[in-house]
Amino acid sequence: MKAGNFWAYLLVMFGVTYFIRVLPFVAFRKKIENPYIRSFLAYIPYTVLAAMTFPAVFYSTGSAITSLAGVAAALFAAYRGKSLFTVALCASLASFAASLVL
Amino acid sequence: MKQFLQGIKDGSAIGIGYFSVSFTFGLAAVSSGLCWWEALLISMMNLTSAGQFAGITVMASAGTYVEMAVSQFVINLRYALMGISLSQKVDCRFKAGKKSILGFAITDEIFAVAMSRDGEVSSIYFGGLAVLPYLGWTIGTLTGAICGNILPKSISDALGIAIYGMFIAIVVPAMKEDSRILKMAALAVLFSCCMHYMPLLRHVSEGFSIIICAVAASAVGAAFFPIEEA
Repeated sequence: MKAGNFWAYLLVMFGVTYFIRVLPFVAFRKKIENPYIRSFLAYIPYTVLAAMTFPAVFYSTGSAITSLAGVAAALFAAYRGKSLFTVALCASLASFAASLVL
Repeated sequence: MKQFLQGIKDGSAIGIGYFSVSFTFGLAAVSSGLCWWEALLISMMNLTSAGQFAGITVMASAGTYVEMAVSQFVINLRYALMGISLSQKVDCRFKAGKKSILGFAITDEIFAVAMSRDGEVSSIYFGGLAVLPYLGWTIGTLTGAICGNILPKSISDALGIAIYGMFIAIVVPAMKEDSRILKMAALAVLFSCCMHYMPLLRHVSEGFSIIICAVAASAVGAAFFPIEEA
């Protein structure tokens, strides 16, 4: 990464993130009625997270086997309804344990 | 004052959660080549997990500014919807000036807590609610960025998966509850794997790939499985 770019990246990130939060908050008085747009927006958080997680998670620990152990532990803990922190901790512990075994 | 303190109290659990998540953001940012103060600045000015992770991905791959803008726009688009919902829940003294400052603190969790409050939301309560999450987020980032340089590799490797664990913790319960979300998340994963492994498609940068997969899967979902009460 070129050093000078950081500030421009930061400004773009901040500008977009700030205005997307504040403009509708300040300007909107009416509810969005269109069911298509509402559904699309309702799905977005989950599809974004799913696409960000797979397959990138398998490269997150530097080893496919340790990350697989972490994913399995996270899926199990999340399915059992554990908190965000607990699930993240389970994933890390499982992949750490797997790296000790290997 | 009482409302402010109630806000602080209601925000404390979020603050602890944010500390742990932003800790892994700090780790990830440093390992992707940023300095500790760059990671800290990003957290101070954005206060959003998925967007920031996507942001450092774009930076690390030296993506274009358009890519950065579009990725932030799509990933954070949900905040626009939350802002609209929240605008109908705040009291009449919560005016544009306060909104343009406090609106910065709209996140998934802060929004959820504010909306679950009985009655209207005052700017004092909302401000109190945002304090600990903001502190947790920035201090966690700083701690993670510094620890990234100190922790042994085996531990920082294992912590590298923590953020994905958190993403899984958000998506899986929703999938369990709603089979439409299960289908759309699975579709997004399928698209994402295609983008990652198929010839030609794998040359698409990671930032754009996330956008394309999420928008495509959500559009399919909206077309075939509209959520009535969304």
